Amino acid sequence: MSDMFPLIVEGALTRRRGKVLVGPVDLRLEAGGVTIVIGPNGAGKTSLLRMLHGIARLNAGRIEWACGQERAREKQAFVFQTPVMLRRSVRDNLAYPLRLGGVTRREARAQADAMAEKVGLGDALGRPATVLSGGERQKLALGRALIRSPQVLFLDEPCASLDGRAMREVEEILKTAVQDGVRLIMSTHNMGQARRLASEVLFLLGGKIHERGSTVEFFDAPKTAQARAFLNGDIVE
Amino acid sequence: MSDLWDGLSQAWILLWTLDADLVEITARSLQVTLTALAIASAIALPLGAFLAVRRFRMRRLTIAVLNALMGLPPVVVGLVVYVLLSRAGPFGVLGLLFTPTAMIIAQVIIIVPLIASIAHQALRELWSDYHDLLISLNTSHVQRMSALLWDGRRALLTASLAGFGRAIGEVGAIMIVGGNIDHHTRVLTTAIALETGKGDFALALALGFILIGLAIAVNLAIHWLTRTEQEGRW
Amino acid sequence: MKTFFVAVAAVAAMSAVAWAEDMKMAVTTSFHNSGLSDILLPAIQEDLGLEVQLLVVGTGQALRLGEAGDVDAILVHSKKAEERFLAAGHGTHRLEIMYNDFVFIGPKADTASVADSANAAQALQQIASTESVFVSRGDDSGTHKKELSLWASAGLDPQSLGDWYRAVGAGMGAALNTASGMDAYIISDRASWLNFGNKGELALLYSGDPVLFNQYAYIPVNPDKHRHVKNDLAMKLENWLVSDRAKDLINTYKINGETLFVFNAK
Ligand SMILES: Nc1ncnc2c1ncn2[C@@H]1O[C@H](COP(=O)(O)OP(=O)(O)OP(=O)(O)O)[C@@H](O)[C@H]1O
Ligand SMILES: [Mg+2]
Repeated sequence: MSDMFPLIVEGALTRRRGKVLVGPVDLRLEAGGVTIVIGPNGAGKTSLLRMLHGIARLNAGRIEWACGQERAREKQAFVFQTPVMLRRSVRDNLAYPLRLGGVTRREARAQADAMAEKVGLGDALGRPATVLSGGERQKLALGRALIRSPQVLFLDEPCASLDGRAMREVEEILKTAVQDGVRLIMSTHNMGQARRLASEVLFLLGGKIHERGSTVEFFDAPKTAQARAFLNGDIVE
Repeated sequence: MSDLWDGLSQAWILLWTLDADLVEITARSLQVTLTALAIASAIALPLGAFLAVRRFRMRRLTIAVLNALMGLPPVVVGLVVYVLLSRAGPFGVLGLLFTPTAMIIAQVIIIVPLIASIAHQALRELWSDYHDLLISLNTSHVQRMSALLWDGRRALLTASLAGFGRAIGEVGAIMIVGGNIDHHTRVLTTAIALETGKGDFALALALGFILIGLAIAVNLAIHWLTRTEQEGRW
Repeated sequence: MKTFFVAVAAVAAMSAVAWAEDMKMAVTTSFHNSGLSDILLPAIQEDLGLEVQLLVVGTGQALRLGEAGDVDAILVHSKKAEERFLAAGHGTHRLEIMYNDFVFIGPKADTASVADSANAAQALQQIASTESVFVSRGDDSGTHKKELSLWASAGLDPQSLGDWYRAVGAGMGAALNTASGMDAYIISDRASWLNFGNKGELALLYSGDPVLFNQYAYIPVNPDKHRHVKNDLAMKLENWLVSDRAKDLINTYKINGETLFVFNAK
């Protein structure tokens, strides 16, 4: 499978204008499975994912992939909480990562068309991406992230504006990806979805990992009072 | 007021009869300005993208200088280019003074800061939008700049057209470096200055109307060209 | 966008310049405004196969262009400045070609009675004593220098004149436009005045005093100072300028039935 793991994180911390966004974080992630990051708004979920992906400056500590930083970057993809739409057609958005890698125009087009079909955007191919609805944008961002067949996929609330049916479709796509060996690291506010997909859960609070456990452990018997309160829908301090 | 009507009717007569001199100086105006525009765009648009994408030490200073240069009086540019291209100047051996090439050089210098500034403004917004994705995709600086230039092409077209407007109507600099030589470096604006000097307001105004018409025609033509292309693409 | 660049390239390609024997000559605005160059240049082209490209500038700038070697010859009318130019070695020699004259222009009503004056000095004194608005070129051109010397000979100092003395710092045409707008007095060369299209309420009031004669001289730029200067062509042009053909064209050139220039090359 993947030579990228284990991912070792030691004392990693990012700061912005003096405020600690997330950290210090100590973590070891093994290959395979789905890690779900949950926590209240502003807990630092987005910041953690960005830090692990390597697009937020590290102010302390280290993040090391088994295969080395350079190679690791090429095998990751990220779906942002607010998807970025290139001002091009849906097809060209999907083809863009391939074109960057030097794939021919014709080949990139063919793969883009296939991916559009897969994420349910088959009839939107020629449309400017900027006119897509919120849900369509998330599907497009997902397709664009998957098209280079990454080994690790970061997803920041990928189903936030999807309806029930679309969420099922996206979850199917994610499950297929996992079966194909893609390692998912994903944040969500939907506990049902977390239960359905997760193999382990990271509970974030105030920029730190407050609790970590397997899905069954975490949801059935949370160890900390804060996690229990969060799961009950109470305000967590 | 009657001068205005005389000017308008004279403009019509000149156009209707396709006056040979008029055709010649109009063609030269277009040739000089469009060449200058192509060169200036080739410099200024990537520069705008570079300033949007890269963070380097002199960046703020560069942007400030560009903005300041936008207000540079063309006469000053003309003088500087004159001094440089003069036989007594450092590039005198090239023999470029009083040629259309000298006029192109002056216009390029005048409009590069303008185009680069507007391009930078537009691309900075696009970059803040694209930033996360392009960083995440591990793109090179060149790839980032080309993505911005391509996807921002509509805004960049506006930047270039602003440059065109400034260049086609410019007279101070090209008068000095071109010399307004008949059949050689005379263009619409220098001809207007000449006729005004002779007190022939009607002819000067007629040329002025033709200049305005030309500017509108070029703007429409460029918009039309790019629109038809986009239909195929979207 | 691609189509756009194709269009640009096509226009740029049209720019191929026809190759012919050519030289550059700096001339004063007043000479060019006379329209004489439109008669002489085609004749030169026809007789010599030589394209003379004119740079129409003020006398000061014409001398600067010659000094820098940016033109091959100059044709100006300001004797003192020309002699300085020669003394500094910028030109090979000075050849007087022709003269025209300066005239007093002013409002038809002629409040200063310039039309009745005996000579140029008196005309200026009358303008000064009635404090009529007077427009000066104020641009250090040959015409401006002439005007200053006339004030001096009238015993007046332009620096100390009142608010009615307006130095506009512009070419002949622009200065005439200003005078026309203000119904002011102005000294102009006859040719510029006759060809001027915006006369308005202005009229020619006085002329004829010999001090108003305006001598044009031709000076080839010194090839020893500037290797690239086309001295052979400049000499070819000089020979033509003193020929009978040139004499004939210059002496018979008329605007509205009036002769403008008197050929006096020796
Ligand atoms: N560039 C920044 N400068 C300053 N503060 C920031 C910056 N980015 C994020 N923050 C702050 O850091 C904290 C963590 O933000 P983050 O986006 O990681 O939260 P989150 O857990 O993803 O929240 P949500 O559930 O709302 O998406 C927030 O309080 C946020 O305001
Ligand atoms: Mg978030």
